[in-house]
Amino acid sequence: MEKVYYLDNAAATRLDEQVLEVMTPLYFDRYSVATSEFGYSLGVEAKEALDDARTRLAQTLGANSQEFIFTSGSAESSNLALKGVAKALGTKKGKHLIVSKIEDFPVLYSARTLEKEGFTVDYLDVDGDGLVDLEKLQALISPETILVSIQHGNQEIGTLQDINAIGKICHQQGVLFHTDATHTFMRVPLDVTAVAVDLITVSAHTLHGPKGIGGLYVRKGTALAKIMDGGFQEFDLRGGMDNIPGAVGFAKAAELVTADENIRLAAMRDKITELVGEQIPDVILNGHPRQRTPQNVNITFHYVEGESITLHLDMYGIAVSTGSACFSRSLEASHVIAAIGGDHERAHGSIRMTVGRFNTMEEVIFVVGTLKKVVENLRKISPLGKE
Amino acid sequence: MASPYNDLVLEHFKNPRNTGRIDDPDGKATEGSPACGDMVSLYLKVDPETKVINDIKFESYGCASNIATGSIITELAKGKTIDEAKNITWQEASEALGGLPKIKAHCSVLAVEVLRSAIQNYEEKHGLVTEKVVTTEEIVRKRLKKVMNPIKGLDMVATHLVKEIDITGGVVRIVIDLPATHQFANAIKEDAVEKIESLWDIDQVIVEFTD
Repeated sequence: MEKVYYLDNAAATRLDEQVLEVMTPLYFDRYSVATSEFGYSLGVEAKEALDDARTRLAQTLGANSQEFIFTSGSAESSNLALKGVAKALGTKKGKHLIVSKIEDFPVLYSARTLEKEGFTVDYLDVDGDGLVDLEKLQALISPETILVSIQHGNQEIGTLQDINAIGKICHQQGVLFHTDATHTFMRVPLDVTAVAVDLITVSAHTLHGPKGIGGLYVRKGTALAKIMDGGFQEFDLRGGMDNIPGAVGFAKAAELVTADENIRLAAMRDKITELVGEQIPDVILNGHPRQRTPQNVNITFHYVEGESITLHLDMYGIAVSTGSACFSRSLEASHVIAAIGGDHERAHGSIRMTVGRFNTMEEVIFVVGTLKKVVENLRKISPLGKE
Repeated sequence: MASPYNDLVLEHFKNPRNTGRIDDPDGKATEGSPACGDMVSLYLKVDPETKVINDIKFESYGCASNIATGSIITELAKGKTIDEAKNITWQEASEALGGLPKIKAHCSVLAVEVLRSAIQNYEEKHGLVTEKVVTTEEIVRKRLKKVMNPIKGLDMVATHLVKEIDITGGVVRIVIDLPATHQFANAIKEDAVEKIESLWDIDQVIVEFTD
């Protein structure tokens, strides 16, 4: 295979061999599911493996093991958080939720589904850097409000929200707070003993762990109803087959992330921003200049279109993504870029680069050099930016 | 490489033919707008006697299918008379490229439309418009369908921005259902004026906003 420069680690990551190593025996030797603790030993062993993975993941958040449930990934976790709280409190407390405008689709579309079921949702604005307005949040909370869902770090532009302040506002008014931490888990510290958060969405797919396994932190005592019926798995909050290899792989993936690695990712991120700023004119950095996830760079290149950029880069083996409408399955431009005040043009030429464990500084330097060539060539044939 | 585009489309995308501008063109047009997505400009040199397109160049601010269609359309039109070139359809362009993904049709239609508009521009500038149709509200509305509403990414007619159209003695008055202070108000206004003012019997275009 040709050399690949994979800078789309927010979408999916290459599995770490050490993760696969701990998962393999659970497929071939200890393949049983976690049956009753009074059952046969293979089942008991499986249950132990699952509980051990749960405990280790809960610990990374400062939580107890009873507060962490496994799901099939971020989408399911966020669906459960929003719909589960709505189901538990909709008739008891109220039918109002608040989410930010730049949430990822699972939160956004769960909110829209709830609207169809009679709930009201406020979609909170963000500023030009992607930060939610805390005063507006405070003003939107009413006695009817049951849940606030505001992400920790943004999937496209990397902006980190002040979830500490958001949690305080929510808890002062007795409102539950969910945060989607898909793009920050293990990358940006989050401790539930310090932050007033009730529900946290996490996933292994962004951490060089397996696909199809995620988790939801549920603070003890949080009103949450199950939305998936089945057996009594996951403290009767999520029916379905235990994904024990996935859970064990997830715990290992989380364990392999170190503070040093996050510093190394941030250095590659900053190198990309710095080199693009030096070498390519007419660009905008999307997202907050400092308060952002260590792995994310998002830049708009004026006068050119994102799908054209990604397709040219692909010919060099470079994988990145864009917020351009032409690239998306829905043919809709990025809702995140729109929410930070950008028009279609800003989304049209936006490129997201997300680094991971297996990237090197040499790779990102090569990527920026290639990007420079590609953008120059596309600008040559563009009707814009010439006067 | 696994791609939704075939090799020929990718080849035209990688090495687009006839790109750039023509100084002092005989006809030119732009379709689309930067605020809403793809945009193509096209320039023509036409032999005054034979009406054959001698030179043609295009510029694209668009995705792969937009660039590839711009490239093939210039190849198809070059050497043809303006009457022949006018009749090139999107179907022919798409076939000449060996097919385009269906979902990308709208990006490539723009490249076909711009050729027709550039020929129309040539005809209007050279007094070749034989049928001098009196401008009606319907004609104005049709032209406004080419003005994009960047808020929605669809045209301003489809998105109900056009509140009123009034034509009196060569003056077109359009009322747009947006506050004048809206961030896209000016862009939409400029685009609308440009599409209407070239009509042969129109002297002035007035755009007003609601508050």
